[in-house]
Amino acid sequence: MSAVVAAREPQLPKEHYLNADYGVRSWLFTIDHKRIALLYLASVTFMFFLGGMYAAAIRLELVTPPGDMFSSETYNKLFTGHGVLMVFFFLIPTIPGVLGNFLIPLMIGAKDLAFPRINLLSWYCYMAGAGFVLYALVEGGLDTGWTFYTPYSTSFSNTNVILAGVGIFFAGFSSILTGLNFIVTIHKMRAPGLTWFRLPLFVWAHYATSLIQILGTPVIAVTILLVALERGFHFGFFDPARGGDPILFQHLFWFYSHPAVYIMILPAMGVISELVACFSRKKIFGYGFVAGSSLAIAVLGFLVWAHHMFVSGLSVYASLIFSAISFLVAIPSAIKVFNWTATLYRGSVSWQTPMLYAVGFIGLFVIGGLTGLFLAALGLDVHVTDTYFIVAHFHYVMVGSVVMAYMGGLHFWWPKITGRHYPEWWARVSAVIIFVGFNLTFFPQFILGYLGMPRRYHYYPDEFQVLNVMSSAGASILAVGYMIPMVYFAWSMRYGRIATANPWPATGLEWQTASPPPTENFAVTPTVDEEVYDYTRPPKEPTFV
Amino acid sequence: MSNAHSSALRHHFANLDQQKDSSVLGMWTFIVQEILFFGGLFLVYTIYRHEYFDVFEACSHHLDWKLGAANTVVLIFSSLTMAMGVHAAALGQKKATAAWLVLTIVLGSIFLGVKVVEYTEKFEHHLVPGPHFLPPEEAAHELKIQPSQTGQAQLYFSLYFAMTGLHAIHMIIGIPIILYLAWRSWHGAYTPAYHTPVELTGLYWHFVDIVWIFLFPLLYLIGHH
Ligand SMILES: [Cu+2]
Repeated sequence: MSAVVAAREPQLPKEHYLNADYGVRSWLFTIDHKRIALLYLASVTFMFFLGGMYAAAIRLELVTPPGDMFSSETYNKLFTGHGVLMVFFFLIPTIPGVLGNFLIPLMIGAKDLAFPRINLLSWYCYMAGAGFVLYALVEGGLDTGWTFYTPYSTSFSNTNVILAGVGIFFAGFSSILTGLNFIVTIHKMRAPGLTWFRLPLFVWAHYATSLIQILGTPVIAVTILLVALERGFHFGFFDPARGGDPILFQHLFWFYSHPAVYIMILPAMGVISELVACFSRKKIFGYGFVAGSSLAIAVLGFLVWAHHMFVSGLSVYASLIFSAISFLVAIPSAIKVFNWTATLYRGSVSWQTPMLYAVGFIGLFVIGGLTGLFLAALGLDVHVTDTYFIVAHFHYVMVGSVVMAYMGGLHFWWPKITGRHYPEWWARVSAVIIFVGFNLTFFPQFILGYLGMPRRYHYYPDEFQVLNVMSSAGASILAVGYMIPMVYFAWSMRYGRIATANPWPATGLEWQTASPPPTENFAVTPTVDEEVYDYTRPPKEPTFV
Repeated sequence: MSNAHSSALRHHFANLDQQKDSSVLGMWTFIVQEILFFGGLFLVYTIYRHEYFDVFEACSHHLDWKLGAANTVVLIFSSLTMAMGVHAAALGQKKATAAWLVLTIVLGSIFLGVKVVEYTEKFEHHLVPGPHFLPPEEAAHELKIQPSQTGQAQLYFSLYFAMTGLHAIHMIIGIPIILYLAWRSWHGAYTPAYHTPVELTGLYWHFVDIVWIFLFPLLYLIGHH
């Protein structure tokens, strides 16, 4: 599988971050970014499967046209629970929390993030948030949708809005602290010689992501606070009876929640850049453009929020402007896709599992991105607003693309994280299953939505049944596809073939130390004297072990 | 770079300079996110003030601008004492640092005390938004607005409590931190080479003061020319 024939069987290093200490305390009080990454891995995986169970219930209900499994009220709680868990506790934290945490210090040749204790604090904030939300769900759930639109959320819903709001507030604080830590780390902790334009694109992508986390998340935090004050203490910010404006809530909400999509997708794009370069054995085509497009997406992402509000009573002129800027986001996004494709051209491409995921990502992202253009177009958007077309679109981007990249990255860096290989055959099979299952689940939803099936209803006319059954069938395939890696990843931690320091082999400082790395990351402080993604030279032996 | 004060140097930094630069950038980044956090409220304020200017002006007269102005002076002085504390820490005067920091706490507490007086007065006059707010007829009489504008008056007081409350919470968080720094300083934890915690807390405190500098005219002085 690996091109390099090892002269002797590779062995795990004697001491590494995983065996540096044992016991629950050594994990719960760790300030090692690599261990915190694994704490995140465990917790986001749990939330992902929990959110997945909500999705399973939704797809089961939608197999038949009448609402025969759940009441409308229960169904509302199901899609709300699914959305809240997946958006705030899986998609937003997952790649930065797991891969970013693990890799950024390694990639820049640092011993840790700039603020290790704040890093641990951010995981505890995440857990506190998760605790509140889980409590809200157990207490009887929440029925506002993950969007918490007022005045329903402030004045009418009889469910646990404040409890869930507090949970999201904590999760947001966790996200802010992560972003702050990454920004300072990337500015101040780079190894000697590692200039900005020698940074891996993964780091660039996380830098852009962190900017959004810092500039966007506080706004949703204060918005949730206002909703809580209105619900709990009868303040009147969004109450039309007192002259408050419920639409103002939507502006504030989407000012964060549109950029939040880029908190999910930018790190995913960073992962894909690493994978495409490594498995094409080529420098990324147009490195500067790919790096710059991350920043461009971060900036433009703040100027398009009202495209979620074309039917909320926005003025025509405002709509026109928001529509136009939304179209502009396609430019930096397309720059990335074209540059990845151009990197493949005349590369020596190999098809290990991470690359399968990378190509899958590009496919799903292109569909998700292009349908985004449909939605940026005013006339078409009015037709498909609040239909399954929207549901399909954002699942292609937020789930299809982000989870594909996350899985690809997890496979790619698994040997570095655990020191062992996952079983390649099983991994390829499940990558294909996920791709097929995903498309079968969500492509029919584009058609359903275009034909007019609204989202958030648990019953539908008979003529939509065939497409809904396809979608539910796809969801069960997808579930199998997600379950298989769970099993073989767990298996490989103990029984997987032992990996070398640089098994693929790939460029980047993280491959220049042992697998798994020592607690201090590098035995000697690395210095960098070569260009980024220099795949022209033969792979060198790890230098900083 | 000498590592004479290596006890303060955390293991993952190469030297104290890098550590200090990182901490300062971290604090500034934190302040940026704070600006956005308050920014949401300022936006809400701007929109409703624009929409219901007359009501906001009438309600603004119901705040005691003299107390507000006095508190502004108190906070500006607390910023001054904080700055003196940072200065003393930079010179390595540990007792002077502690004294300046304690003085900052005293001024901060005076501010909060005045705030308690003001809040109590609002409760007594039923100017707290919600079911106990003045009924329309009384509100019209008391606040010199139309009875139909009572809801909008509640909006004003909602903003008043949210904005000053959030500001006060930031001060309440700051005070124990400054107290801890004073105690640490008294025991000689800070030197001219390493006093970053004092500096960073100073930045935070100045930021919180500046928020008030905006809140005071926006809430107390609407329509005063
Ligand atoms: Cu959007």
